[in-house]
Amino acid sequence: MINNDKLIIGGKEFDSRFILGSGKYSMKLIEAAVKDAGAEIITLAVRRANTKEQENILDYIPEGVTLLPNTSGARTAQEAVRIARLARELGCGNFVKVEIMRDSKYLLPDNQETIKATEILAAEGFVVMPYMYPDLNAARDMANAGAATIMPLASPIGSNKGLATREFIQILIDEIDLPIIVDAGIGRPSQACEAMEMGAAAIMANTALATAGDLPMMAAAFRQAIEAGRRAYLSGLGRVLTRGASASDPLTGFLRD
Amino acid sequence: MENQFLVDSQHLSQAALDKKHRLETDPASRRNHMEYLPGMEIIESDVCSQVMSQMESYDYSVYTAADVRRALNHETCTVEDFKALLSPAAEPFLEEMAIRARGETGKHFGNTVYLFTPLYIANYCDNYCVYCGFNCYNHISRMKLTREQIEHEMKVIADSGMEEILILTGESPSHSDVKYIGEACRLARKYFRMVGLEIYPVNTEDYRYLHECGADYVTVFQETYDTDKYETLHLLGHKRVWPYRFNAQERALMGGMRGVAFSALLGLSDFRKDALASALHVYYLQRKYPHAEMSLSCPRLRPIINNDKINPLDVGEKQLCQVLCAYRIFLPFVGITVSSRESAEFRNGIVKIAATKVSAGVSTGIGDHESKYTGKEDDSLKGDEQFEISDGRSFETMYEDMSGEGLQPVLNDYVYV
Repeated sequence: MINNDKLIIGGKEFDSRFILGSGKYSMKLIEAAVKDAGAEIITLAVRRANTKEQENILDYIPEGVTLLPNTSGARTAQEAVRIARLARELGCGNFVKVEIMRDSKYLLPDNQETIKATEILAAEGFVVMPYMYPDLNAARDMANAGAATIMPLASPIGSNKGLATREFIQILIDEIDLPIIVDAGIGRPSQACEAMEMGAAAIMANTALATAGDLPMMAAAFRQAIEAGRRAYLSGLGRVLTRGASASDPLTGFLRD
Repeated sequence: MENQFLVDSQHLSQAALDKKHRLETDPASRRNHMEYLPGMEIIESDVCSQVMSQMESYDYSVYTAADVRRALNHETCTVEDFKALLSPAAEPFLEEMAIRARGETGKHFGNTVYLFTPLYIANYCDNYCVYCGFNCYNHISRMKLTREQIEHEMKVIADSGMEEILILTGESPSHSDVKYIGEACRLARKYFRMVGLEIYPVNTEDYRYLHECGADYVTVFQETYDTDKYETLHLLGHKRVWPYRFNAQERALMGGMRGVAFSALLGLSDFRKDALASALHVYYLQRKYPHAEMSLSCPRLRPIINNDKINPLDVGEKQLCQVLCAYRIFLPFVGITVSSRESAEFRNGIVKIAATKVSAGVSTGIGDHESKYTGKEDDSLKGDEQFEISDGRSFETMYEDMSGEGLQPVLNDYVYV
């Protein structure tokens, strides 16, 4: 879209800032995500790719798309590490999204275990993209452990509730020198746009597309929303949307020199 | 009207018949069903008392249409809301419940449906459960597959394309001991990605052993949470011990299993109370073991060999649908399995509302997959079936039918770590 505005993860350049999440797959969804949303990265749950069935998702990933295997199903750092290694053996490359859940109800990530897994996998040469609950201290630890990006959740996975953790994601954007990719809970293009305006580097979504009536049209809407948000961010937003005080009559207007 | 469960076989000796009749007619001749037998592990748990106090105080007649509307309007479903949704007052709201349930299913599972098949490896049973085809007094052809036969059955099933298997036995620790079942799990790991077990409840250490052998999911049906009724239906054997069975899922999780499945057998007792207790069993255990994966089934009584009159009484398809919608709204994250006990039409409909998993290519008999799958007849012995199934669709047909319904069949979503 904008010249030379690349998303760089693990030394690899991407033009698109939409990443297809995992969870609800269909071949139609993958097609819409790539063709209409412009996705260049597609998440793949190793637990779903671990199949011999005729419709193996791996066979449906178009060429040129970077696979992002995730460690869904892992409950500890050790399990995540094992799943990541399995992904590499399956030929999924060296990108990995670490997700570790010890909660089957809300599927909230366990930051402590995620830090541990990030450290081990980064040392093994993986490009580690940890999915996390937006906590600044944990994000710093992940960055120090060698994470390539930080992926805070916007709201509970699959909830389509948008930026419930907005303020905390903003803190990560302001404080962490890595791409912040907003993951989970983005239900509408407008929410994706808002996150991009805030300075998020990319958006990951799945359910919002998967459950749309017209997949290609919703995919295109996400692409446009993400591009619009990115442009707004790069253009330097007007004062209405900037954070902090912004009174129209400056409080210090009385000063004479 | 009640089911007439009791059937005498002419093949039983006079002594066996006498004992059977004594068990059936004289409660004093039966063991205390609330007392553990020697060797049964006792664990510290308050889950049972939480479930039972809710169930005992549940009076579904007090709920009104207003309670049901309120429940449907709440964003998250409380226990109280769930009670309203299970009540007779909710029956006129079935369509609204289905719409809400479909939304929850979509949010958590998308449009996927998981396929699996059961494999019965033995039908010997030490229990006398009056409604079950495998009960020790029922005259059926008994069989226990050898290691080679198990592997052959697994090959036939795996060749059909199936990737998840549920291994079942009759409840006879003497004929089918834990080591035998463990061997079957090891074999299954060679042919399948996911191995589940539906066997008699065992102690934590045995669950740990079976997990090491490759099993990762344990299903135990409580049959009914009404302990007084339970006592009149499970007259003999270790299954008679109700609390040991209740705590089986918790022991399985303590033994390292990834997930556990629950159910009452609807039609045995008051189905609304049993449905409440089944879901609360999941609810409270999930709070205690939040990492565990959980699922619910909803079997209804079916005819068995030598008693074709057994039926689910007041649990019609509408009631079953109400229960399943209520489960989904209350526990949006749990898997819901609908077995081949239900018709093809019911299963085609319910997978679009609440169910996330269906069986296909089902046999509840022993050693008959090759003849059922390939039509190849042989003279080898077969073991009789546990109950009559209703939906006999093959794996291939089910795969096509589910795709035809607009759903995406999933054969595996699991990695053993």
